[in-house]
Amino acid sequence: MEDCGLVSHAAADASARSVAATAPSINDSAIAVDDVSLSYGGKGAGVLALDRISFDIPDGSFVAIVGPSGCGKSTILKILAGLLPPTSGQARLRGSPITGPRRDIGVVFQSPVLFPWRDVLANVMLPGDVQRLDKAEMRQRALDLVKLVGLSGFEHRYPRELSGGMQQRVGIIRALLHDPALLLMDEPFGALDAMTRETMNVELQRIWMERKKTVLFITHSTSEAVFLADRVIAMTPRPGRIADAFVVDLPRPRPLEVMNTPEFGAYVKRVRVALNSGGGLD
Amino acid sequence: MRRSGKFILRLLLIAAMLGLWEGCVWYFKIRAFILPPPSEVFLALYRGFANNLYPEHIGVTLMETFLGFVLGTALAFILGTFVALSRRVEYFLYPFIVMFQAMPKVALAPLIIVWFGLGLTSKVINAALVAFFPLMVNTIVGLRSAEEDRINLMRSLAASKWQIFWMLRLPNALPFIFAGLEIAMIFALIGAIVAEFIGAEKGLGMLIQSMNINVDVAGQFSILLILSAIGLVLNGIVGMTRRRLLFWDAAAQGNAAAVVEEKKL
Repeated sequence: MEDCGLVSHAAADASARSVAATAPSINDSAIAVDDVSLSYGGKGAGVLALDRISFDIPDGSFVAIVGPSGCGKSTILKILAGLLPPTSGQARLRGSPITGPRRDIGVVFQSPVLFPWRDVLANVMLPGDVQRLDKAEMRQRALDLVKLVGLSGFEHRYPRELSGGMQQRVGIIRALLHDPALLLMDEPFGALDAMTRETMNVELQRIWMERKKTVLFITHSTSEAVFLADRVIAMTPRPGRIADAFVVDLPRPRPLEVMNTPEFGAYVKRVRVALNSGGGLD
Repeated sequence: MRRSGKFILRLLLIAAMLGLWEGCVWYFKIRAFILPPPSEVFLALYRGFANNLYPEHIGVTLMETFLGFVLGTALAFILGTFVALSRRVEYFLYPFIVMFQAMPKVALAPLIIVWFGLGLTSKVINAALVAFFPLMVNTIVGLRSAEEDRINLMRSLAASKWQIFWMLRLPNALPFIFAGLEIAMIFALIGAIVAEFIGAEKGLGMLIQSMNINVDVAGQFSILLILSAIGLVLNGIVGMTRRRLLFWDAAAQGNAAAVVEEKKL
């Protein structure tokens, strides 16, 4: 656990926190989640969704949080996106505390969340419109991104004319448009069929290897987490806790066949064991 | 081929209905002040246009309807937006809205004539009053119907409230707003006609009243034909604008009322 730079809440003692306090901004972690708790319905009386979660995400790495529904994984993402303030503790992006929505974060949701009145290109350019970035530059970036995910020729199609997989690709590149420091992905392929999902996993790996963004990827699929991530965090529910965290040491680019190797199986098993220890799997 | 065949069948059915009507009137010797035959209705229609009586009154009623529609829907959109975006405004306005909505607005027409006279103003105000509510209700429902995920997306991009309104809530509300506009258009016509019934110097409603006193039933039927034609055209204009503007909304290509039902579910 220690050797991979991830600290579970059990190990996050006072000394770890004081280290962070003495060196607040000089840090090669893109994300530092420090002793974060969240209870719905107020402190004390409410339901505890997250119980003193701590972890770091190094710059440029791909981290997956895997766990069953109700383990608070989506809550962590909302906190990092600045959509939900934690009840206690702090989350920092490159040293600065996340207190609200910020412009250097891109979010991909479970559904593509496209605006049906905008065509593909205009949907991808939405972050640029909101943040009043240079139109011509954003248009060029959007066209490059559309090309990156093989949607050239569909720039002026409307969302209802696209398949589910194509729509989600638009959702992903929209989050990349304004070149955010961090990409948050909340079960982005959860609504897709198994075949499309595998294709999208390979595609996402390719995009990530090309763009080298820091990614936090939320999923309930153990194999998806192991296939995509450098580091996997397994969470168990009621209250949301980190059960295990480890590095996935498989060479990239990983082909889909990697899923048949014993190493891959061992990682998946490790996640399962961690989730079972918390009563997460039935 | 099949479509044009169906169309011809439709025309034949209408012709048969008119023929049956005409035949019944002659056969049963129904007197013209009870039910005139269609031939006399068309004759009255022709005469009304030939002696230039109808165009002036059509113009007056159209003007009242149009101004009432614009005034009523503009106010409805502004007030509906305030109510949808501010819980406080909603809290204070809610009792008034409920009270007015439960009341048949046309029942106010006699009072409005007393307050604003026999001329254009009273008709415009009555039309506006009747057209107001369908659009206000739809504006509120539409602006509030933006999906939570879409709002979260905008918020995650650090969008301002204003940007969320312009880029998300408003376009998202357009199908509802257009469904409301279509109803408001017809309601404005109703409001204008009812106000003309109560007291007017010009207009198709006034014309129906004076024909009724003169027992000119064929004339009244001819005005009814004109009114339904006006209703069809006005509705068609709003419908066409909707289909143009909401090309992205699959449901908007069909029936407006169905859009509202579907979105409310």
